[in-house]
Amino acid sequence: MDALTRRVVGDVAFPGGWGGRVRWLLERHGNRIAWVGLALYVLYATSILGFTPARFWAGLGHGWAFLARLFPPDFASRWADIQHDMLESLEIAVLASVFGILASLPLGLLAARNLMPAYVTWPVRLLISVSRSFHPVIVGILFVKAIGFGPFAGVLTLAVASVGFIGKLFTEAIEEISLRQVEAVRATGASFPNVLIFGVIPQVTARFVGFSLYQLDSNLRNSTILGIVGAGGIGGTLLAAFQRFDYSIVCAIVLVMIALIMVGEMLSEQVRKLFQ
Amino acid sequence: MSPRDEREWQRFTPRERALRSGVYLAMAVAFGLALKNIEIVPEFLADTPTQVADLLLRMWPVDWRFLAFTAVAAMVETIHIATLGTLATLIVAFPLGVLAARNIVASPAVRFGAKLCLVASRSVNSLVWALFFVAVFGPGALAGTVAITFRSIGFVGKLLGEALEEVAPGPVEAIVAVGAPWSSVFLKGYWPQVKPAFLSIALLRWDINVRESSVLGLVGAGGIGLVLDSAINVFQWRAVAAVLVAILAVVLLAEVVVTFLRTRII
Repeated sequence: MDALTRRVVGDVAFPGGWGGRVRWLLERHGNRIAWVGLALYVLYATSILGFTPARFWAGLGHGWAFLARLFPPDFASRWADIQHDMLESLEIAVLASVFGILASLPLGLLAARNLMPAYVTWPVRLLISVSRSFHPVIVGILFVKAIGFGPFAGVLTLAVASVGFIGKLFTEAIEEISLRQVEAVRATGASFPNVLIFGVIPQVTARFVGFSLYQLDSNLRNSTILGIVGAGGIGGTLLAAFQRFDYSIVCAIVLVMIALIMVGEMLSEQVRKLFQ
Repeated sequence: MSPRDEREWQRFTPRERALRSGVYLAMAVAFGLALKNIEIVPEFLADTPTQVADLLLRMWPVDWRFLAFTAVAAMVETIHIATLGTLATLIVAFPLGVLAARNIVASPAVRFGAKLCLVASRSVNSLVWALFFVAVFGPGALAGTVAITFRSIGFVGKLLGEALEEVAPGPVEAIVAVGAPWSSVFLKGYWPQVKPAFLSIALLRWDINVRESSVLGLVGAGGIGLVLDSAINVFQWRAVAAVLVAILAVVLLAEVVVTFLRTRII
Protein backbone atom coordinates (compact mmCIF):
# COMPACT_ATOMS: atom_id res chain seq x y z
CA MET A 1 0.00 0.00 0.00
CA ASP A 2 1.52 3.33 -1.02
CA ALA A 3 1.24 6.45 1.03
CA LEU A 4 -1.63 7.91 -0.98
CA THR A 5 -3.85 4.80 -0.71
CA ARG A 6 -3.12 4.54 2.97
CA ARG A 7 -4.18 8.13 3.48
CA VAL A 8 -7.35 7.72 1.46
CA VAL A 9 -8.36 4.44 3.12
CA GLY A 10 -7.44 5.89 6.48
CA ASP A 11 -9.59 8.96 5.90
CA VAL A 12 -12.56 6.86 4.83
CA ALA A 13 -12.26 4.46 7.73
CA PHE A 14 -11.56 7.18 10.27
CA PRO A 15 -13.36 10.38 9.36
CA GLY A 16 -12.18 13.20 11.57
CA GLY A 17 -8.49 12.28 11.83
CA TRP A 18 -7.03 11.20 15.16
CA GLY A 19 -10.08 12.21 17.21
CA GLY A 20 -12.16 9.97 14.95
CA ARG A 21 -9.74 7.09 15.36
CA VAL A 22 -9.89 7.36 19.15
CA ARG A 23 -13.67 7.57 19.09
CA TRP A 24 -13.84 4.51 16.80
CA LEU A 25 -11.49 2.60 19.09
CA LEU A 26 -13.58 3.46 22.17
CA GLU A 27 -16.87 2.59 20.49
CA ARG A 28 -15.60 -0.69 19.12
CA HIS A 29 -13.34 -1.84 21.94
CA GLY A 30 -14.32 0.42 24.87
CA ASN A 31 -15.31 -2.46 27.12
CA ARG A 32 -12.20 -4.46 26.35
CA ILE A 33 -9.98 -1.42 26.96
CA ALA A 34 -11.71 -0.81 30.29
CA TRP A 35 -11.14 -4.42 31.38
CA VAL A 36 -7.49 -4.40 30.35
CA GLY A 37 -7.01 -1.07 32.14
CA LEU A 38 -8.63 -2.50 35.26
CA ALA A 39 -6.40 -5.58 35.17
CA LEU A 40 -3.29 -3.43 34.73
CA TYR A 41 -4.39 -1.24 37.64
CA VAL A 42 -4.91 -4.26 39.89
CA LEU A 43 -1.44 -5.61 39.02
CA TYR A 44 0.14 -2.20 39.59
CA ALA A 45 -1.66 -1.52 42.90
CA THR A 46 -1.05 -4.98 44.33
CA SER A 47 2.67 -4.69 43.54
CA ILE A 48 2.83 -1.19 45.07
CA LEU A 49 1.15 -2.42 48.26
CA GLY A 50 3.43 -5.48 48.39
CA PHE A 51 0.75 -8.16 48.14
CA THR A 52 2.25 -11.52 47.25
CA PRO A 53 0.46 -14.85 46.89
CA ALA A 54 2.96 -16.30 49.39
CA ARG A 55 1.93 -13.76 52.00
CA PHE A 56 -1.73 -14.36 51.29
CA TRP A 57 -1.45 -18.14 51.67
CA ALA A 58 0.65 -17.82 54.80
CA GLY A 59 -2.07 -15.49 56.14
CA LEU A 60 -4.76 -18.05 55.42
CA GLY A 61 -2.76 -20.60 57.40
CA HIS A 62 -2.54 -18.16 60.32
CA GLY A 63 -6.24 -17.52 59.83
CA TRP A 64 -7.13 -21.11 60.69
CA ALA A 65 -4.94 -21.05 63.80
CA PHE A 66 -6.53 -17.71 64.71
CA LEU A 67 -10.07 -19.04 64.30
CA ALA A 68 -9.19 -21.99 66.53
CA ARG A 69 -8.07 -19.54 69.23
CA LEU A 70 -11.23 -17.43 68.91
CA PHE A 71 -13.50 -20.32 69.83
CA PRO A 72 -15.00 -21.09 72.23
CA PRO A 73 -15.91 -17.50 73.24
CA ASP A 74 -15.25 -16.64 76.87
CA PHE A 75 -18.22 -14.62 78.12
CA ALA A 76 -17.76 -15.34 81.80
CA SER A 77 -14.40 -13.99 82.92
CA ARG A 78 -14.98 -10.34 81.91
CA TRP A 79 -18.75 -10.23 81.80
CA ALA A 80 -19.03 -7.26 84.17
CA ASP A 81 -16.68 -5.17 82.00
CA ILE A 82 -18.38 -6.20 78.78
CA GLN A 83 -21.79 -5.37 80.18
CA HIS A 84 -20.72 -1.99 81.54
CA ASP A 85 -18.91 -0.92 78.35
CA MET A 86 -21.65 -2.16 76.07
CA LEU A 87 -24.16 -0.11 78.03
CA GLU A 88 -21.82 2.86 77.76
CA SER A 89 -21.68 2.46 73.97
CA LEU A 90 -25.47 2.38 73.87
CA GLU A 91 -25.69 5.52 76.02
CA ILE A 92 -23.15 7.34 73.86
CA ALA A 93 -25.22 6.47 70.79
CA VAL A 94 -28.48 7.68 72.39
CA LEU A 95 -27.06 10.98 73.66
CA ALA A 96 -25.17 11.69 70.45
CA SER A 97 -28.28 11.03 68.38
CA VAL A 98 -30.43 13.33 70.51
CA PHE A 99 -27.88 16.16 70.47
CA GLY A 100 -27.11 15.62 66.79
CA ILE A 101 -30.77 15.66 65.80
CA LEU A 102 -31.49 18.74 67.94
CA ALA A 103 -28.62 20.56 66.23
CA SER A 104 -29.56 19.31 62.76
CA LEU A 105 -33.15 20.59 62.85
CA PRO A 106 -32.27 24.31 62.81
CA LEU A 107 -29.21 23.70 60.59
CA GLY A 108 -31.33 21.82 58.06
CA LEU A 109 -33.81 24.71 57.94
CA LEU A 110 -31.01 27.26 57.58
CA ALA A 111 -29.35 25.27 54.77
CA ALA A 112 -32.51 24.81 52.67
CA ARG A 113 -32.19 26.93 49.56
CA ASN A 114 -35.93 27.28 49.06
CA LEU A 115 -36.41 28.96 52.45
CA MET A 116 -33.22 30.93 53.08
CA PRO A 117 -31.11 33.39 51.11
CA ALA A 118 -27.76 32.24 49.70
CA TYR A 119 -25.64 34.11 52.26
CA VAL A 120 -27.24 31.99 55.00
CA THR A 121 -27.28 28.62 53.20
CA TRP A 122 -23.65 28.63 52.05
CA PRO A 123 -21.91 28.83 55.44
CA VAL A 124 -24.34 26.32 56.94
CA ARG A 125 -23.88 23.92 54.01
CA LEU A 126 -20.12 24.20 54.40
CA LEU A 127 -20.40 23.43 58.13
CA ILE A 128 -22.53 20.35 57.38
CA SER A 129 -20.14 19.07 54.68
CA VAL A 130 -17.09 19.52 56.87
CA SER A 131 -18.79 17.54 59.65
CA ARG A 132 -19.38 14.76 57.15
CA SER A 133 -15.94 14.72 55.55
CA PHE A 134 -13.98 13.10 58.36
CA HIS A 135 -14.48 9.59 59.64
CA PRO A 136 -15.91 9.62 63.20
CA VAL A 137 -12.71 8.00 64.48
CA ILE A 138 -10.62 10.96 63.31
CA VAL A 139 -13.05 13.44 64.88
CA GLY A 140 -12.90 11.22 67.97
CA ILE A 141 -9.10 11.49 68.19
CA LEU A 142 -9.31 15.28 68.02
CA PHE A 143 -12.00 15.48 70.71
CA VAL A 144 -10.08 13.10 72.96
CA LYS A 145 -6.98 15.27 72.58
CA ALA A 146 -8.97 18.45 73.18
CA ILE A 147 -11.13 17.45 76.15
CA GLY A 148 -9.65 14.22 77.47
CA PHE A 149 -10.51 10.54 77.49
CA GLY A 150 -13.97 9.21 78.23
CA PRO A 151 -17.48 8.81 76.88
CA PHE A 152 -18.12 12.56 76.71
CA ALA A 153 -15.62 12.83 73.83
CA GLY A 154 -17.52 9.98 72.15
CA VAL A 155 -20.84 11.79 72.52
CA LEU A 156 -19.45 14.96 70.94
CA THR A 157 -17.82 12.97 68.12
CA LEU A 158 -20.96 11.16 67.12
CA ALA A 159 -23.03 14.33 67.51
CA VAL A 160 -20.76 15.95 64.90
CA ALA A 161 -21.10 12.89 62.65
CA SER A 162 -24.90 13.03 63.07
CA VAL A 163 -24.99 16.69 62.06
CA GLY A 164 -22.99 15.83 58.94
CA PHE A 165 -25.33 13.09 57.80
CA ILE A 166 -28.83 14.00 58.90
CA GLY A 167 -28.19 17.71 58.48
CA LYS A 168 -27.69 16.97 54.79
CA LEU A 169 -30.70 14.64 54.58
CA PHE A 170 -32.94 17.13 56.42
CA THR A 171 -31.86 19.87 54.04
CA GLU A 172 -32.65 17.75 51.01
CA ALA A 173 -36.04 16.76 52.45
CA ILE A 174 -36.94 20.40 53.09
CA GLU A 175 -35.83 21.42 49.61
CA GLU A 176 -38.16 18.81 48.11
CA ILE A 177 -41.36 20.03 49.87
CA SER A 178 -44.29 21.41 47.95
CA LEU A 179 -44.27 25.20 48.18
CA ARG A 180 -48.03 25.47 47.60
CA GLN A 181 -48.79 24.66 51.21
CA VAL A 182 -46.16 27.12 52.35
CA GLU A 183 -47.71 29.81 50.15
CA ALA A 184 -51.18 28.98 51.45
CA VAL A 185 -50.04 29.43 55.03
CA ARG A 186 -48.15 32.60 54.14
CA ALA A 187 -51.25 33.97 52.37
CA THR A 188 -53.14 33.91 55.66
CA GLY A 189 -50.61 36.39 57.00
CA ALA A 190 -48.84 33.91 59.24
CA SER A 191 -45.53 34.84 60.82
CA PHE A 192 -42.35 33.04 59.76
CA PRO A 193 -42.36 30.61 62.72
CA ASN A 194 -45.97 29.76 61.94
CA VAL A 195 -45.10 29.18 58.28
CA LEU A 196 -42.45 26.72 59.45
CA ILE A 197 -44.71 24.97 61.96
CA PHE A 198 -47.80 24.66 59.76
CA GLY A 199 -46.37 24.78 56.24
CA VAL A 200 -42.96 23.09 56.33
CA ILE A 201 -42.63 20.76 59.33
CA PRO A 202 -45.76 18.62 58.67
CA GLN A 203 -44.48 17.80 55.18
CA VAL A 204 -41.16 16.43 56.40
CA THR A 205 -41.92 14.85 59.81
CA ALA A 206 -42.19 11.25 58.58
CA ARG A 207 -38.94 11.43 56.64
CA PHE A 208 -37.19 13.11 59.58
CA VAL A 209 -38.20 10.25 61.86
CA GLY A 210 -36.82 7.78 59.32
CA PHE A 211 -33.51 9.62 59.05
CA SER A 212 -33.21 9.97 62.82
CA LEU A 213 -33.71 6.25 63.36
CA TYR A 214 -31.17 5.52 60.67
CA GLN A 215 -28.73 7.82 62.42
CA LEU A 216 -29.35 6.18 65.80
CA ASP A 217 -28.56 2.84 64.18
CA SER A 218 -25.42 4.22 62.57
CA ASN A 219 -24.31 5.89 65.83
CA LEU A 220 -24.73 2.60 67.66
CA ARG A 221 -22.41 0.91 65.14
CA ASN A 222 -19.81 3.64 65.46
CA SER A 223 -20.02 3.95 69.26
CA THR A 224 -18.74 0.38 69.51
CA ILE A 225 -15.39 1.34 67.93
CA LEU A 226 -14.75 4.81 69.35
CA GLY A 227 -13.13 3.20 72.39
CA ILE A 228 -10.17 2.28 70.14
CA VAL A 229 -9.14 5.94 70.30
CA GLY A 230 -10.18 6.37 73.94
CA ALA A 231 -13.60 7.95 73.44
CA GLY A 232 -15.52 5.50 75.64
CA GLY A 233 -17.58 2.39 75.03
CA ILE A 234 -16.75 -1.23 74.27
CA GLY A 235 -14.01 -0.47 71.71
CA GLY A 236 -11.39 0.14 74.39
CA THR A 237 -12.01 -3.22 76.02
CA LEU A 238 -11.91 -4.88 72.61
CA LEU A 239 -8.58 -3.28 71.72
CA ALA A 240 -7.14 -4.25 75.12
CA ALA A 241 -8.24 -7.85 74.63
CA PHE A 242 -6.59 -7.88 71.19
CA GLN A 243 -3.38 -6.49 72.61
CA ARG A 244 -3.31 -9.14 75.35
CA PHE A 245 -4.01 -11.84 72.71
CA ASP A 246 -7.10 -12.82 74.76
CA TYR A 247 -8.85 -14.04 71.64
CA SER A 248 -11.65 -15.91 73.38
CA ILE A 249 -12.66 -12.65 75.09
CA VAL A 250 -12.35 -10.82 71.74
CA CYS A 251 -14.76 -13.37 70.31
CA ALA A 252 -17.23 -12.85 73.17
CA ILE A 253 -17.13 -9.05 72.77
CA VAL A 254 -17.60 -9.20 69.00
CA LEU A 255 -20.54 -11.60 69.36
CA VAL A 256 -22.23 -9.32 71.92
CA MET A 257 -21.57 -6.36 69.59
CA ILE A 258 -23.15 -8.15 66.61
CA ALA A 259 -26.15 -9.13 68.73
CA LEU A 260 -26.66 -5.55 69.93
CA ILE A 261 -26.36 -4.12 66.42
CA MET A 262 -28.79 -6.68 64.99
CA VAL A 263 -31.34 -6.02 67.73
CA GLY A 264 -30.93 -2.29 67.10
CA GLU A 265 -31.49 -2.78 63.38
CA MET A 266 -34.64 -4.84 63.93
CA LEU A 267 -36.06 -2.39 66.48
CA SER A 268 -35.45 0.62 64.27
CA GLU A 269 -37.09 -1.22 61.36
CA GLN A 270 -40.22 -1.80 63.50
CA VAL A 271 -40.34 1.80 64.75
CA ARG A 272 -39.88 3.11 61.20
CA LYS A 273 -42.88 1.03 60.06
CA LEU A 274 -44.91 2.42 62.95
CA PHE A 275 -44.21 6.03 61.94
CA GLN A 276 -44.84 5.67 58.22
CA MET B 1 -77.49 17.39 66.08
CA SER B 2 -77.31 13.64 65.80
CA PRO B 3 -74.57 11.76 67.67
CA ARG B 4 -73.13 10.71 64.32
CA ASP B 5 -72.03 14.26 63.51
CA GLU B 6 -70.12 14.60 66.73
CA ARG B 7 -67.67 11.89 65.78
CA GLU B 8 -64.21 13.31 65.43
CA TRP B 9 -61.92 12.26 62.62
CA GLN B 10 -58.73 10.72 63.92
CA ARG B 11 -55.75 9.95 61.78
CA PHE B 12 -54.38 7.00 63.73
CA THR B 13 -55.96 4.00 65.44
CA PRO B 14 -55.76 3.88 69.26
CA ARG B 15 -53.21 1.07 68.96
CA GLU B 16 -50.98 3.16 66.73
CA ARG B 17 -51.24 6.10 69.08
CA ALA B 18 -50.43 3.92 72.11
CA LEU B 19 -47.41 2.41 70.34
CA ARG B 20 -46.16 5.81 69.25
CA SER B 21 -46.52 7.21 72.73
CA GLY B 22 -44.67 4.15 73.97
CA VAL B 23 -41.80 4.86 71.57
CA TYR B 24 -41.62 8.50 72.67
CA LEU B 25 -41.66 7.44 76.32
CA ALA B 26 -38.95 4.82 75.74
CA MET B 27 -36.79 7.40 73.99
CA ALA B 28 -37.22 9.91 76.79
CA VAL B 29 -36.35 7.26 79.40
CA ALA B 30 -33.32 6.12 77.39
CA PHE B 31 -32.16 9.72 77.05
CA GLY B 32 -32.61 10.39 80.78
CA LEU B 33 -30.77 7.23 81.81
CA ALA B 34 -27.94 7.87 79.38
CA LEU B 35 -27.58 11.45 80.54
CA LYS B 36 -27.42 10.28 84.15
CA ASN B 37 -24.84 7.56 83.50
CA ILE B 38 -22.51 9.43 81.14
CA GLU B 39 -22.15 12.31 83.64
CA ILE B 40 -21.47 15.28 81.44
CA VAL B 41 -19.60 17.72 83.66
CA PRO B 42 -20.99 21.20 82.89
CA GLU B 43 -17.54 22.80 83.33
CA PHE B 44 -16.08 20.44 80.71
CA LEU B 45 -18.95 21.18 78.36
CA ALA B 46 -18.45 24.94 78.77
CA ASP B 47 -14.72 24.51 78.29
CA THR B 48 -15.01 22.49 75.07
CA PRO B 49 -15.03 25.41 72.58
CA THR B 50 -11.89 26.89 74.21
CA GLN B 51 -10.07 23.55 74.11
CA VAL B 52 -11.04 22.80 70.53
CA ALA B 53 -10.04 26.32 69.45
CA ASP B 54 -6.70 25.88 71.22
CA LEU B 55 -6.09 22.61 69.38
CA LEU B 56 -7.01 24.19 66.05
CA LEU B 57 -4.62 27.10 66.75
CA ARG B 58 -1.76 24.69 67.39
CA MET B 59 -2.50 23.09 64.02
CA TRP B 60 -1.89 26.34 62.17
CA PRO B 61 -0.01 26.86 59.89
CA VAL B 62 -0.32 23.54 58.09
CA ASP B 63 3.00 21.76 57.57
CA TRP B 64 3.01 21.91 53.74
CA ARG B 65 6.34 20.09 53.42
CA PHE B 66 4.96 17.16 55.38
CA LEU B 67 1.86 17.24 53.20
CA ALA B 68 3.86 17.13 49.97
CA PHE B 69 6.42 14.50 51.01
CA THR B 70 4.65 12.13 53.41
CA ALA B 71 0.90 12.65 53.47
CA VAL B 72 0.34 12.50 49.71
CA ALA B 73 2.17 9.17 49.33
CA ALA B 74 0.24 7.68 52.27
CA MET B 75 -3.02 8.96 50.81
CA VAL B 76 -2.26 7.27 47.46
CA GLU B 77 -1.78 4.01 49.37
CA THR B 78 -5.12 4.63 51.10
CA ILE B 79 -6.86 5.05 47.74
CA HIS B 80 -5.29 1.81 46.48
CA ILE B 81 -6.58 0.00 49.59
CA ALA B 82 -10.09 1.38 49.07
CA THR B 83 -10.13 0.57 45.35
CA LEU B 84 -8.70 -2.95 45.58
CA GLY B 85 -10.98 -3.66 48.54
CA THR B 86 -14.02 -2.52 46.57
CA LEU B 87 -13.05 -4.59 43.51
CA ALA B 88 -12.59 -7.72 45.65
CA THR B 89 -15.94 -6.96 47.30
CA LEU B 90 -17.76 -6.94 43.97
CA ILE B 91 -16.45 -10.42 43.16
CA VAL B 92 -17.64 -11.93 46.46
CA ALA B 93 -20.80 -9.86 46.98
CA PHE B 94 -22.24 -10.57 43.53
CA PRO B 95 -22.96 -14.29 44.04
CA LEU B 96 -24.08 -13.69 47.64
CA GLY B 97 -26.50 -10.97 46.52
CA VAL B 98 -27.93 -13.30 43.86
CA LEU B 99 -28.32 -16.10 46.41
CA ALA B 100 -30.16 -13.75 48.78
CA ALA B 101 -32.78 -12.65 46.22
CA ARG B 102 -36.22 -14.16 46.82
CA ASN B 103 -37.26 -14.20 43.17
CA ILE B 104 -34.13 -16.05 42.01
CA VAL B 105 -33.39 -18.62 44.70
CA ALA B 106 -36.36 -20.75 45.75
CA SER B 107 -34.74 -22.51 48.70
CA PRO B 108 -35.31 -20.60 51.97
CA ALA B 109 -32.30 -22.35 53.55
CA VAL B 110 -29.89 -21.07 50.87
CA ARG B 111 -31.36 -17.55 51.10
CA PHE B 112 -31.06 -17.59 54.87
CA GLY B 113 -27.43 -18.73 54.65
CA ALA B 114 -26.57 -15.96 52.19
CA LYS B 115 -28.39 -13.35 54.27
CA LEU B 116 -26.61 -14.51 57.42
CA CYS B 117 -23.23 -14.00 55.72
CA LEU B 118 -24.28 -10.54 54.56
CA VAL B 119 -25.60 -9.49 57.99
CA ALA B 120 -22.50 -10.81 59.77
CA SER B 121 -20.30 -8.86 57.36
CA ARG B 122 -22.24 -5.63 57.91
CA SER B 123 -22.48 -5.91 61.69
CA VAL B 124 -18.73 -5.88 62.28
CA ASN B 125 -17.14 -2.48 61.83
CA SER B 126 -14.28 -2.18 59.35
CA LEU B 127 -11.91 -1.26 62.19
CA VAL B 128 -12.80 -4.48 64.02
CA TRP B 129 -12.33 -6.46 60.81
CA ALA B 130 -8.98 -4.68 60.48
CA LEU B 131 -7.98 -5.77 64.02
CA PHE B 132 -8.78 -9.35 63.01
CA PHE B 133 -6.86 -9.25 59.76
CA VAL B 134 -3.86 -7.53 61.29
CA ALA B 135 -3.72 -10.53 63.63
CA VAL B 136 -3.99 -12.87 60.63
CA PHE B 137 -1.88 -11.22 57.89
CA GLY B 138 0.32 -9.03 60.05
CA PRO B 139 0.34 -5.21 59.92
CA GLY B 140 0.13 -3.64 56.49
CA ALA B 141 -2.03 -2.79 53.54
CA LEU B 142 -3.06 -6.41 52.88
CA ALA B 143 -4.90 -6.56 56.21
CA GLY B 144 -6.58 -3.22 55.45
CA THR B 145 -7.69 -4.31 51.98
CA VAL B 146 -9.18 -7.58 53.25
CA ALA B 147 -10.88 -5.70 56.12
CA ILE B 148 -12.45 -3.23 53.66
CA THR B 149 -13.57 -6.18 51.54
CA PHE B 150 -15.19 -8.03 54.42
CA ARG B 151 -17.04 -4.96 55.65
CA SER B 152 -18.29 -4.02 52.17
CA ILE B 153 -19.55 -7.47 51.13
CA GLY B 154 -22.62 -7.14 53.36
CA PHE B 155 -23.44 -3.66 52.12
CA VAL B 156 -23.10 -4.39 48.40
CA GLY B 157 -24.67 -7.87 48.67
CA LYS B 158 -27.73 -6.61 50.57
CA LEU B 159 -28.40 -3.74 48.18
CA LEU B 160 -27.82 -5.96 45.12
CA GLY B 161 -30.23 -8.56 46.51
CA GLU B 162 -32.87 -5.89 47.07
CA ALA B 163 -32.34 -4.51 43.56
CA LEU B 164 -32.76 -8.02 42.10
CA GLU B 165 -35.98 -8.51 44.06
CA GLU B 166 -37.43 -5.34 42.53
CA VAL B 167 -36.79 -6.47 38.95
CA ALA B 168 -39.84 -6.36 36.66
CA PRO B 169 -40.90 -10.01 36.14
CA GLY B 170 -42.17 -9.49 32.55
CA PRO B 171 -38.89 -9.67 30.59
CA VAL B 172 -37.65 -12.52 32.79
CA GLU B 173 -40.81 -14.57 32.20
CA ALA B 174 -40.60 -13.91 28.46
CA ILE B 175 -37.07 -15.30 28.35
CA VAL B 176 -37.99 -18.30 30.51
CA ALA B 177 -40.98 -18.95 28.19
CA VAL B 178 -38.77 -19.43 25.14
CA GLY B 179 -36.86 -22.14 27.01
CA ALA B 180 -33.63 -20.22 27.52
CA PRO B 181 -31.03 -21.73 29.85
CA TRP B 182 -30.59 -20.19 33.27
CA SER B 183 -27.44 -18.29 32.28
CA SER B 184 -29.31 -16.52 29.46
CA VAL B 185 -32.25 -15.78 31.75
CA PHE B 186 -29.89 -14.10 34.16
CA LEU B 187 -27.75 -12.26 31.60
CA LYS B 188 -30.63 -11.04 29.42
CA GLY B 189 -33.49 -10.87 31.93
CA TYR B 190 -32.11 -9.82 35.31
CA TRP B 191 -28.70 -8.27 34.63
CA PRO B 192 -29.74 -5.42 32.28
CA GLN B 193 -32.33 -4.35 34.84
CA VAL B 194 -29.96 -4.27 37.82
CA LYS B 195 -26.77 -3.15 36.05
CA PRO B 196 -27.27 0.60 36.72
CA ALA B 197 -28.15 -0.11 40.36
CA PHE B 198 -25.12 -2.39 40.75
CA LEU B 199 -22.70 0.17 39.32
CA SER B 200 -24.23 2.88 41.46
CA ILE B 201 -23.93 0.72 44.61
CA ALA B 202 -20.29 -0.06 43.75
CA LEU B 203 -19.49 3.64 43.31
CA LEU B 204 -21.26 4.55 46.55
CA ARG B 205 -19.33 1.91 48.44
CA TRP B 206 -16.03 3.01 46.91
CA ASP B 207 -16.74 6.53 48.16
CA ILE B 208 -17.44 5.18 51.67
CA ASN B 209 -14.37 2.95 51.53
CA VAL B 210 -12.08 5.88 50.75
CA ARG B 211 -13.23 7.46 54.03
CA GLU B 212 -13.01 4.25 56.01
CA SER B 213 -9.58 3.26 54.75
CA SER B 214 -8.22 6.59 55.98
CA VAL B 215 -8.53 5.37 59.59
CA LEU B 216 -7.46 1.73 59.20
CA GLY B 217 -3.85 2.68 59.90
CA LEU B 218 -4.77 3.44 63.53
CA VAL B 219 -4.85 -0.31 64.13
CA GLY B 220 -1.88 -0.98 61.84
CA ALA B 221 -3.72 -1.87 58.65
CA GLY B 222 -1.92 0.52 56.30
CA GLY B 223 -2.77 3.82 54.67
CA ILE B 224 -2.72 7.37 55.95
CA GLY B 225 -4.08 6.43 59.38
CA LEU B 226 -0.61 5.18 60.29
CA VAL B 227 0.92 8.58 59.50
CA LEU B 228 -1.88 10.31 61.40
CA ASP B 229 -1.37 8.09 64.43
CA SER B 230 2.38 8.67 64.61
CA ALA B 231 1.98 12.44 64.14
CA ILE B 232 -0.57 12.57 66.97
CA ASN B 233 1.58 10.46 69.28
CA VAL B 234 4.42 12.97 69.06
CA PHE B 235 2.04 15.97 69.20
CA GLN B 236 3.09 17.29 65.78
CA TRP B 237 -0.15 19.14 65.34
CA ARG B 238 0.94 20.92 62.16
CA ALA B 239 1.67 17.52 60.57
CA VAL B 240 -1.73 16.32 61.82
CA ALA B 241 -3.27 19.30 60.05
CA ALA B 242 -1.41 18.30 56.87
CA VAL B 243 -2.87 14.79 57.10
CA LEU B 244 -6.36 16.20 57.66
CA VAL B 245 -5.98 18.46 54.62
CA ALA B 246 -4.91 15.45 52.54
CA ILE B 247 -7.90 13.40 53.71
CA LEU B 248 -10.32 16.26 53.12
CA ALA B 249 -8.95 16.83 49.61
CA VAL B 250 -9.23 13.14 48.69
CA VAL B 251 -12.73 12.79 50.14
CA LEU B 252 -13.92 15.80 48.12
CA LEU B 253 -12.11 14.47 45.03
CA ALA B 254 -13.77 11.07 45.50
CA GLU B 255 -17.17 12.76 45.59
CA VAL B 256 -16.43 14.60 42.36
CA VAL B 257 -15.17 11.40 40.68
CA VAL B 258 -18.25 9.46 41.79
CA THR B 259 -20.61 12.17 40.53
CA PHE B 260 -18.77 12.28 37.20
CA LEU B 261 -18.71 8.49 36.72
CA ARG B 262 -22.36 8.21 37.72
CA THR B 263 -23.43 10.57 34.95
CA ARG B 264 -21.11 8.89 32.44
CA ILE B 265 -21.81 5.19 32.89
CA ILE B 266 -25.27 5.00 34.43
